[in-house]
Amino acid sequence: MIYFIWTAIVIIALSMVALLYRVVKGPTPSDRVIALDSLGITLICLVALFTILVETSFFLEIILLLAILSFIGTIAFSKFIEKGDIITRDDSR
Amino acid sequence: MKVNNVILQFTTKIVFFIIFFFAVHIFFAGHYTPGGGFVGGLVTASAIVLLLVAFDLKTVRSLLPINYIYMVAIGLLIALGTASIAMFVNEPFFTHFFDYFYLPLFGKTSLHTAALFDFGVYLVVVGVTMTIIQTIGEDE
Repeated sequence: MIYFIWTAIVIIALSMVALLYRVVKGPTPSDRVIALDSLGITLICLVALFTILVETSFFLEIILLLAILSFIGTIAFSKFIEKGDIITRDDSR
Repeated sequence: MKVNNVILQFTTKIVFFIIFFFAVHIFFAGHYTPGGGFVGGLVTASAIVLLLVAFDLKTVRSLLPINYIYMVAIGLLIALGTASIAMFVNEPFFTHFFDYFYLPLFGKTSLHTAALFDFGVYLVVVGVTMTIIQTIGEDE
């Protein structure tokens, strides 16, 4: 079982390296934003696997917290790419 | 240019409450599990930031008519008041008290004055974060 967890951790870490390559290389900002969002998801997977590894339930709230922060960050980046500012003053104008 | 972002706004209406209740859970679970006033305040502020990103500053101002400067002041007053309760009963400053109560819905519950101090920290963190973000967001 412990080898299974470590294999999964290595696979997730390798996919994080691949996503990091896309963050560095990505031709457009949209590629980098998508890669950062996926990096957040893989980080959630790593936290879950390490939670199983160290046999504690104290890290489970970090998973939900990372999901929320990744969502808000991606939305803020998307709005900046599309409209040029993140917080608009008056949308009806 | 009016952009039609129905999906973002409808998702925000649901996700806001999930994030807010998660923040309340983190705040109240802070005594026995990881969490507390600081993280709860930051998560609440991020929920309001999600509203700010999905809608605009004017809509959120009319939705939550809160002066965040007053929120910081009230939080500091609650923290100071909780710390100075002990001085009125001949105990040192910042001495906390707790006791077990039988509440109608929760059963046997331990209530601690550290939760009140944490609520002050919560209000200060939400107020400071939202003041910074709104001040940066509304300048041209």
